Parts: sequence; C-alpha cells; structure tokens
Amino acid sequence: MSNNPNNWPLWEIFIQSKRGLEHKHVGSLHAADPQMAIENARDVYTRRQEGNSIWVVLAEHMHASRPEDAESFYDPADDKVYRHPTFYTMPEGAKYI
Amino acid sequence: MSSKLLTYTLRLADDILILSQRLGEWCGHGPVLEEDIALTNRALDHLGEARNLLTYAGQVEGKGRSEDDLAYLRMERQYTNVKLVEQPNGDYAHTMVRSFLFDAYHLPLMQALTKSKDEQLAAIAGKSVKEATYHLRASSEWIIRFGDGTEESHQRAQAALEDLWTYTGELFEGDAVLEEMTSAGMAPDIASIKEAWSKTVDQVLAEATLKRPADAFMMTGGRKGLHSEHMGFILAEMQHVTRAYPGVEW
Repeated sequence: MSNNPNNWPLWEIFIQSKRGLEHKHVGSLHAADPQMAIENARDVYTRRQEGNSIWVVLAEHMHASRPEDAESFYDPADDKVYRHPTFYTMPEGAKYI
Repeated sequence: MSSKLLTYTLRLADDILILSQRLGEWCGHGPVLEEDIALTNRALDHLGEARNLLTYAGQVEGKGRSEDDLAYLRMERQYTNVKLVEQPNGDYAHTMVRSFLFDAYHLPLMQALTKSKDEQLAAIAGKSVKEATYHLRASSEWIIRFGDGTEESHQRAQAALEDLWTYTGELFEGDAVLEEMTSAGMAPDIASIKEAWSKTVDQVLAEATLKRPADAFMMTGGRKGLHSEHMGFILAEMQHVTRAYPGVEW
C-alpha cells in the first residue's frame, strides 16, 4: 500500500499536551498537504483531549541516526559518569537544582 | 407558545439527527482511514447536539418522552428535517457538498441562536458553535480541494452542487412557527442567516472555481413532515434495533 504512488504522503505528528511542555511524537498519518495533515491529526490524535497544539512534519524530511552507529555513538558515554553533575555538594537551602 | 418552541426545537434536532445518520453510513467506508475517522467524528458531533435538542424538546412537550423516544419512535411524517440532509451520500464530493451547504447555514444559525431569549436553546447553541465552526472549515476545504483539484474532482463537485442546490431553499423557509419564534426573540431572523450563508457559499465556491447554480425550483415539504423517498429507508435502518427489541438496554 505504501508503494502506491497515488497515496498521500506520510506525516509525522507531534502533540503538545499542555502549554509550555514539549511537543511529543505520537504517530503518523497520511494527508495531501500540511493543512489536511493538521486536521487529520486533530481528529486522530486529539479527540480525547490529548493536546492543544499540533506540529506536522513530512516523514521524508525526518532523518534518523542508524542503528549500526549505536556502539560508536552511545557507548563512549558509558564510563564518563563525571558528566553527571553529581559530584557537587549541595549548598544548604538550595531548592531548585 | 410552547408548542411553537417544541416544533422549532424538533426541526433543529431532526436536521442534525438525520445528517448524522447519513454521515455515519460512511463509517468503515471512508476513502482513507484518516478521513473515515474525521467524518465519523463530525457525525458524532451532530448526534451529540441532536441529543441535547431532543432531550429539551421532550421537556418542552412535557409528556415524558425521552431523547430516545423522539429519535427512534416517531413515524416518518413526524420528522421535520429539511430534505437536504436525507439525500443519499453518493460519492465523496456529494457527501461533502451536502455537508458544506448545511454547515454554511448551521454555523451562523448557531451563532445567532446563542442570543435566543430561550435560555436552554441559547445554551445548546453556545455548545454547538465551536463544533459547527470546525465542521464548516472541514467541508469548505473539501469543496476547494475538489473544485480546484483535478478535472474529474471538479466535475464531480459541480455535479453534486447542481444536484443538491434545489434542496437549499428549504433551509430558509419561513412559516407561522418561525415568525412567532422570531418575534418572541427566541429564534434568529432567517433572512440574516441566509445572507451569511450566501456570502460563505460565494466565497468558498469562488476559491474552488465552482459555479453557483441559479436559483430555480426549490424543494419543500420537509418541515411539514413530507419527505423524499429516501427518508423511509433511513428510518428503517435507524430505528430497526429499537423497534425489534423494544425497551432493550445494554
């Protein structure tokens, strides 16, 4: 089905659940243009009050890291615990750190 | 007065009840999954509004009839919806043109009805305005897509428009009930609704490169319970479960 040239393009949908929070990826859908993608997203992903803002991005414009790069990308961080800010003594009375 | 209010409320209710039933027929048959969900959502919006109005009609009548009694246990002649909403779905252009012609009427009607002196009608209308705004936006966009789309889609949308135009006159018909409701400040002046409708129709059709059909013979009768041949089939399907299993609950 996805190879059918008559199909509408695929869009990735991001929904913001509350003002001030980030937009989260919730899934994808087909639509002919951005307008239709936003409206379809409204109907597919916000009908149970999941959000108040929608971003749509053409799936073909999304680029992802490759699984085979995982070792060289992420493993080097394994033994670098000093990157976590846990070696400081917390000043007394500091609440929001 | 309360019998006029009852008649008027039932008209409002029946229009969207029957439109909802028609749109619901697309459930599982939509052209694409996303659109199937979107259209069914709108059908349910209409049904929700119809429920509010039917419940209120039952209260106004004062004979203990519930929303279900009114929705499912009346006879064909007792439904007072316009013939436009009972017309068959046809192709998707047909369905969208039918919704667009109705939505362009429904939104200004609901907006004006929020100022009704009948508090309950005003409250129900207030709830409907947001949904009606979205409905008009959705159906308008389809009209523009079809009209300004391919040769085939343009031709289908124009054909639907020619087909359904004859049913638009009924939306703005006046009679004694409406006159009395309007002069009591409980219903909006229908001429102002027609003006708003006409403006929206012209605007959207222009963008869609579609031609507005000339006003010729206009169908009538729905408000008096005289329906097209399709109505009986709609009710047969809609009322089947209730009539086959009276009083059933689940």
